[in-house]
Amino acid sequence: MKSSSHAALEIINDTSKAVFTCSGKWTLNSLANVAMILESYQAVLPIVWDISNIAELDSAGVALWNLYSRRFKKEGFASKIIGGKKEHLRLYRLLYPHPQEDTPPPKQQGGLYTLGRKTHDYVQGIGYFLDFLGEVFVVLLYSLRHPFTIRYRSISSHIITAGFDALPIIAVSSFLIGVVVAFQSVVQLQKFGADILIVDMIGISLTRELAPLITAIVIAGRSGSAFTAQIGAMKMTQEIDAMKTMGFHPYLFLVWPRVIALMIVLPLLIFFADIIGIFGGMVIANTQSHLSYTEFIHRLQGALPIKHFIIGIVKGPFFAVLIALTGTYRGFQVSSNTESIGQYTTKSVVNAIFLVIACDALFSVLLTELKL
Amino acid sequence: MNPIVIEAHNIVTSFGDNRIHDNVSCTVRENEIYALLGGSGSGKSTLLREMIMLETPASGSIHVFGENIANLSLVEAQKLRRKWGVLFQSGALYSSLTVGENIALLYKEYTDLPPNLIHELIKLKIDLVGLPSHAIHLYPSELSGGMVKRAALARALALDPKLLFLDEPTSGLDPLSSRQFDALIRQLRDLLGLTVVIVTHDLDTIHHIVDRFVLLGEKKVIAQGTLNEVLTIKHPIVDYFFQKGTHGIQS
Repeated sequence: MKSSSHAALEIINDTSKAVFTCSGKWTLNSLANVAMILESYQAVLPIVWDISNIAELDSAGVALWNLYSRRFKKEGFASKIIGGKKEHLRLYRLLYPHPQEDTPPPKQQGGLYTLGRKTHDYVQGIGYFLDFLGEVFVVLLYSLRHPFTIRYRSISSHIITAGFDALPIIAVSSFLIGVVVAFQSVVQLQKFGADILIVDMIGISLTRELAPLITAIVIAGRSGSAFTAQIGAMKMTQEIDAMKTMGFHPYLFLVWPRVIALMIVLPLLIFFADIIGIFGGMVIANTQSHLSYTEFIHRLQGALPIKHFIIGIVKGPFFAVLIALTGTYRGFQVSSNTESIGQYTTKSVVNAIFLVIACDALFSVLLTELKL
Repeated sequence: MNPIVIEAHNIVTSFGDNRIHDNVSCTVRENEIYALLGGSGSGKSTLLREMIMLETPASGSIHVFGENIANLSLVEAQKLRRKWGVLFQSGALYSSLTVGENIALLYKEYTDLPPNLIHELIKLKIDLVGLPSHAIHLYPSELSGGMVKRAALARALALDPKLLFLDEPTSGLDPLSSRQFDALIRQLRDLLGLTVVIVTHDLDTIHHIVDRFVLLGEKKVIAQGTLNEVLTIKHPIVDYFFQKGTHGIQS
């Protein structure tokens, strides 16, 4: 016989029955080998479990008898348990007071159903977003007629967290973009001996396109996600419900301060990114094609019409509205489970970046058509 | 007298300048339902968290199953953790997993049983705590408050622990569900030989199922013992907690 620290099972075939003599520790951690034996056992006779020698028993042992007894029964062989100690039988009765039923897992739907469902949800999602936009603007109109409801303090705090605190990351990213653009252009322009055009290249591409885009993408990742997570967490802790019951409109308190703060901050950040980005290009122009700083700036004044700069800055508030509204909208969609907060934060950032790029493309086409 | 399962000795706990426990001691014996009682902020939940190694007291010692939990190695601590089950106040079911998967996690991680036996065990535990059998496929967000508590209890019982910690198990349940939950805990204690440590405010629970308890207040132990023993003590906190003279428990 095996040591009592393991579960042991001895199978003796009688003339009319198979006797399973169980002994040792029939507990969770020692049953794996017995389960393996039973898994491969082919019943040929009715089964009797003799459990009189069991030293220790827990729910795993009981579950094992029941599971395999049911299997043998299905194969046409009755089984019964004999020799159970009082406490073991009590445990058995506690765990199996009545026959168990098996509920099948909910049916998986087919691919076509999933496609239809997803499409439906998507279209419905657009509807919800329009609904959100509508209510947000109704609240804005109300707010404009009652200026005391504007949350100045909240706006200024968001200006600091979404704007001022973002200065370092904006500086680093725009500087690097300036460096990259300059590096790539210098190589090409040198082939034509047109090194000086690096100034036009950097000045126009950064102010008009790259600085606004990079700034918006960084802010979408930084503040858009924060907006979703903040509002989502408030939704989960029922703070939003509390606000509603006190008559504080959540859109007025949570959405507009963020939108307005971002609209103020984003153009300023773009301006900041313009300066740092051009500085980055200037450094590369100086080291790679020996263009002095004074020469660069002198050339820049002629090569960069003010309209490019203005176009870049004007994009700011548009991007800001897109980022802030998707961020807050996704925050309000968070439901009461912890997983959805991550899910919607991801969605919020992805949507915001996509919308920013799409809006930028629209600007590009529109302004080119207008010959600006 | 039954052997000692948990012994907390001269526990001192502070959060910053705020002292929570000042030389708190208590003893839990095998196979009893032991309650940690006290008003809000009296540190009963903190004491529970210290027993299950989620927090460390500033000084004093806690022995669980005879081992000082302050000087356990990583392996010993893991071994000890498998001997107890914890039911958190809000259930703390993993929201990305179904009820069945929440329970299965422990079997898959800690045993090498075959999948069909694991499935059988999960069904058994779900049935044991009185959940309907289809609950196995539901996500925590699809459960009612009472069902969440039961599912969390099923998960706490997964590895057949000898020691069960319950943090306000009946809070948020209706009176009938609370009494059913109490009855379930007592039945489990009787049949599975569990030792139960319970944090509660529920006077009915204290009256019906708790064997002994410790009453915390003013950072210290106000009283320890059975209900009848404690009710003889003259102390404003005892009077207040058990609402003596109003509609509360009469000795």
